[in-house]
Amino acid sequence: MSIYGVLLDQLPYLLQGLGIAVLLLMALLVVGLVLGLFFALVEIYGPLWARLPVYALERFARGVPAIILLFLFYYGIGNVYAIPSFAAAVAALGLRSGGYQSQIFRGAIQSVPYGQMLAARAIGMGRMGAVAYIIVPQALRHAIGPWSNEFSAEFKDTSLAYVIGVIELTRQAHYIISNQHGHTLPVLLFAAVLYFVVNRFGNSLLYRLEDRLEVPGFERRS
Amino acid sequence: MSEPLLRIEDLHKSYAGTEVLKGISFDLERGETKVLIGPSGSGKSTLLRCVNHLTRPDRGRIVLDGDEVVDNRINAIRATIGFVFQDFNLFTHLRALDNVAVGLWRVRGMDRRSARERAARELERVGLANRAEAYPAELSGGQQQRVSIARALAMDPRIILFDEPTSALDPELTEEVVEVMRQLAREGMTMLVVSHEMGFARSAADEIIFMDHGVIVEEGPPEKLFRDAQHARTRDFLRIISGSHAQEEGAS
Repeated sequence: MSIYGVLLDQLPYLLQGLGIAVLLLMALLVVGLVLGLFFALVEIYGPLWARLPVYALERFARGVPAIILLFLFYYGIGNVYAIPSFAAAVAALGLRSGGYQSQIFRGAIQSVPYGQMLAARAIGMGRMGAVAYIIVPQALRHAIGPWSNEFSAEFKDTSLAYVIGVIELTRQAHYIISNQHGHTLPVLLFAAVLYFVVNRFGNSLLYRLEDRLEVPGFERRS
Repeated sequence: MSEPLLRIEDLHKSYAGTEVLKGISFDLERGETKVLIGPSGSGKSTLLRCVNHLTRPDRGRIVLDGDEVVDNRINAIRATIGFVFQDFNLFTHLRALDNVAVGLWRVRGMDRRSARERAARELERVGLANRAEAYPAELSGGQQQRVSIARALAMDPRIILFDEPTSALDPELTEEVVEVMRQLAREGMTMLVVSHEMGFARSAADEIIFMDHGVIVEEGPPEKLFRDAQHARTRDFLRIISGSHAQEEGAS
C-alpha cells in the first residue's frame, strides 16, 4: 500500500491518539495549574512548616525525569491500588507541571510591586484578600507568556505517557509502523505535523487570551 | 477639651538597632490638619506608617477616636484610616472607578453596583468623573494621586494620612493635588500630612510639626513657626525648604 493509502487508512487511529494526547494535556495542565498556584502561594506567603514540604515536593517534581515519575506513579501506586495508565500519567505529569508552573507563578507574583500589597492592606484588606483580589490578578497577566511555553513543553511530553501504555498519538504511530512493517519515517513525520499544528493552535489561543486581558501598564511582547 | 481624634503616645521604632522614632507623642483634634516636616531620615514617614501599623511600632500607643490601634483588629481599623502614598500605588489592573470601588466592595462588603455608584461620586469630588474608565497607566501623576485620594475618601475615613503626596509630581501637577487637599481641609477632614509643600502648609495646616533624628523638635501654627521658631534647627530647615521652593518657582 502506498504511504498515502496507509495514512488515510490509519487516520482515524492517529486522530484518536491525538485526542487522547490533548485530553491528557488538558488534565495535566489543570492539575499543574492548581498545584503550581498553590505551591507558589505557599512558597511566598506560607509559614515555614508549610513551605518546607512544598519546597521538597516541588523540587522533587522538577528534579526527576518525567519517565521515572510516570513509572513511579504507575507501578508504585499500582502496587497498592490498580490505577489506569491514563490516570497515572495525569498524576505524574500533572505533578511535574505543577513544579514548573509554581516557578512561573512565583516569578509573576514577585514581579508585582510591593506597593500594591501595601495599598491593599492600607484600605483594610486582609493578606489573603489582597493576594486574591490584587496580587494574583496582576500576576496571572504576567504569567501567560511563560505559561504558553509550559503549554508547548507539556503537550510534547504527553508522548512520554507511551511508556506506561497510554494509547496516545506516539503509541498509535508506533502501532501503525509495526503493523505495516515500514513507512517508519512518513508515519512519524505525520505524527510530528499533528503535534506541531495543535501546538501552534494552542499557542495562538493563548496569545489571544493575553491580548484580551491586556490592560495599559502591562506591556506585552511587542 | 474633648478627647482628641488621634493620640500618639511615646512611639518608638528601631530598624536593625537604629532608633528612628525615639518617643513621639502628639494629638490631632477632629478636623485638624497637621503637617510633618523634617530632613530625610528624620522618621516622618515611619511615624505615618506606624499610625495604621503598615509599620509596627516597637513601643507606644496609638489611639484613634478612643479606639486603640492594635493588631488583632487591624484590618477593620485600617479601613477607617485613609492612606495616600507618595507613588500613588493605584491598583494597576483596575480602572480608576474600580480602584475607588474595590475597598467598598471587597472590604466593606457593599454590593458591586452601589460601590461603583459611590466611587463615581468620589471621583467627581476630585474632579475626575470623566476619567472613571481609564487605567492608572493612562492617567497623569496628578490624576493618579487624585484617584488615590478618592480611594481613601470612599471608605469614609476618620482621618487621612498623606505620605509625601506631591513629591513624585511636577510642580504644575502638584498644584492640582494640593488644591484637592486644601478643599478637604476646608471641609473639616482630619489630616496628617508628611510634605514639604510649604504652600499647602501655610494655607491649610493648623500646625506644623518639625521632626529631626526621631524626635519632635518643635511644633506650632505655620505663621508662628515661620516668624519665630524657637530652635535654630527649625529655622535653618524652614529656610532651606522655603528657599528650594522659591528656586523651583523661579526656574519654571
